Order: sequence, then structure tokens, then C-alpha cells
Amino acid sequence: MADLEERFDRTIERDQRVEPRDWMPDGYRATMIRQIAQHAHSEIIGMQPEGEWITRAPSLRRKAILLAKVQDEAGHGLYLYSAAETLGADRAELTGMLIEGRQKYSSIFNYPTLGYADVGVIGWLVDGAAICNQVPLCRSSYGPYARAMIRICKEESFHQRQGYELLMTMMRGTEAQRAMVQDAVDRWWWPSLMMFGPPDDASPNTARSMAWKIKRHTNDELRQRFVDMSVPQAEALGVTLPDADLRWNAERGHHDFGPIDWSELQRVISGNGPCNARRVAVRRAAHEDGAWVREAATAHAAKAAGRVAGTDAGMGGGG
Amino acid sequence: MSGWPLYEVFVRSKRGLNHVHVGSLHAADDETALRHARDLYTRRNEGVSIWVVRSDHIAATSPDEKDPFFAPSGDKVYRHPTFYAIPDDVPHM
Repeated sequence: MADLEERFDRTIERDQRVEPRDWMPDGYRATMIRQIAQHAHSEIIGMQPEGEWITRAPSLRRKAILLAKVQDEAGHGLYLYSAAETLGADRAELTGMLIEGRQKYSSIFNYPTLGYADVGVIGWLVDGAAICNQVPLCRSSYGPYARAMIRICKEESFHQRQGYELLMTMMRGTEAQRAMVQDAVDRWWWPSLMMFGPPDDASPNTARSMAWKIKRHTNDELRQRFVDMSVPQAEALGVTLPDADLRWNAERGHHDFGPIDWSELQRVISGNGPCNARRVAVRRAAHEDGAWVREAATAHAAKAAGRVAGTDAGMGGGG
Repeated sequence: MSGWPLYEVFVRSKRGLNHVHVGSLHAADDETALRHARDLYTRRNEGVSIWVVRSDHIAATSPDEKDPFFAPSGDKVYRHPTFYAIPDDVPHM
């Protein structure tokens, strides 16, 4: 046991990857499963806010782009469930925990998308924040997770750019379109900052996750990076970020920004955001409505296997 | 869904390269596994050929026996070209 633990520690220390069949501490396994599952759930629930706009996309071009993006979110969820399974988690059980509200997903998806500009702002800010979070995870100590993150990050780049391009197009449009963009930015800016999680002094697991190289930077470091990236992008776009305290601090070499309302994050995480109940209900309905498809495919496979084996699989004659 | 077996997916990204393991998925049978693999792992022309194999059909070495299992090749340094000292002025070696 001490021997196994030593080998694990040495792997982490040398910046090598932990692989599925390696021995690992129970805490590491549990933390990884929780983190990957929550990440997978976020991708799956994350299909909804934008998916609601597919039928209302303003052009065929935008519709094709949005469809591809939402398909990507589904794909990302599946890469991640696949990674979670390498740790012994059961995929059906993970879905069960999501629709029973026993596991969480990113709080950002509990906000509504009120207009098409929201689709653009989600791509720019929400996916931008996700990229900040995810790029360091490509070096996560758990191999399958790191590999899934590499695939995901490549695809997220399309997500962010299509969003920003959408917004640039709207900003070149009418006064009303520019107002829609500004309104969407005003609503999504603070929730985007909250995506990085609680401040470091209120994030008790950070130290252990950093030691295990599950996490490479603290929440506040990543949040600062995101703010510094976003300010020039907002300027280029011609929108204002809704923070009177936001200004360059030459001494720090970073932007200062105003205090975040952590009680709001707490409220949304604990289930009382604007859309929590709806998001989970939609996911549950999709799962339950899809049951017949799963059953039919299983029955078909059993029947086909029976035919190959030269026996009737008991599905009745005439098939 | 866990009623469906787990498949491992291998993709050849282009002619001339080996198939490489890219992940896994659940499917009712081989044919749907291939279709799911196409939809999930080759949305951007990442592959020209896909293999799927049921995970429970893969035999693998155990990480616990890692050292003894691979030990036989550990002390055979003479299998490497660098084991042999050849003077620098001998060409094309």
C-alpha cells in the first residue's frame, strides 16, 4: 500500500499522467469522478440555453452554425462521461444523479437566453471563460481527462469565434441591434466571472487539487486572466462591461474589477437561479422520452444476434 | 444506457497512419457503435477509418505487474544501435 502510494506520488511529482488502471488514492478517484461528471453534466445542460434558439436563428447560416455548436456540446459531454467511466463510474448512474439533482453542473446555464444576442455573448464570454478554465486542464494529471480536454479545447475555439463574429455583425447593424448586444453583455458579464468559482480564500479544496495537479491555477488567477483578456475584446466590439470599478492597474499589470456578488452564486448553485428547475426537467424529459429508442435498439441487437447464432431469439416469427 | 455494452473506439486519421485509441461509447451492437463513433469522434474529418471493439474483449497488462512484465527488455541494451561504438569518420552508419 505504502509502495503503491509512493508510486502514485512519484508519477504526479514527475508530471506524468495517472492512467485508468493505476492505483490511486480513493480521494483522488472520488474527486476526479465528481469533477469530470460535473463537467460532463455542464456540457449536456449547456445545450439548452442556446438550443432554444435553433428554430429561431435569423438565417440558415446562423442555424447551421448553432446546430453544429450544440452538437459539439453533446459530443463534449460524451467525451467526458467516457473519461469518468474509466474511473469506474457508471454512465447511467451519472445521468440519474443529474436528473435527480444529486450532482451539479455549471451555474451559468441557469440563466435564460432572452434574445439572439445572448447566443453571441455566450460564445464570446461563457465559452471564453470555459476556455480559460479548460486550457490548463489539458495538463490535468488524470490522462483520460486531459486527453478529452485537448479535443474539447480545439472545438471550443470555434464556439468562441462564432459568438464574437455574431456580435460584430450585430454591432454593425441597427441601433436596436447594438442595444441588444449591450443588454446581453450586461446580463452575462457577472455570471461569467462567477464561472471560475468562489474566491481562493473560500475554496477549501484548491490546495489539495493543486497538489494532485488536478487543478493548475487558482480560481482567482483564472478569473483575472479572463478579465484581462475580455477588456480589449469588449473595446474592439464597442460594448461596455457593466463594472464601474473596472480599470487598468499599471502597478499590478492587471485590471482591477469590482466586488462579485457571491450571494448570487450561492443562490444559483443551491437551486434558486432563474432556470434551474426548467433545465433539469428538460433533461429528465429528454431521457425519459428516449427510453423507447434505447429499448428498441437493445431488442434489435438481441434479435440480430439470435439470427446470427442460428436461433430465433424469441422475438416472435415473421421479423 | 448501461444496458448497452461499452465499446472502445480507434480512428485512423489518414492513410499511412495507425488507428489510435480516441475514447469509448455505449452502443447496442457493432453497427450502431460504428455510427455513434462516426458522429462522436469524426465530426471534423478526423478519420478515414474507424475500429470499434467491445471493451470486455480487450486483454490488457495489469499496472500492478508493470515492472516484472516488462523487465525482460530492460537489460537488453544491445538491442539499441547506440550500444555499438563506431568511429565518427565511418560514413553512412
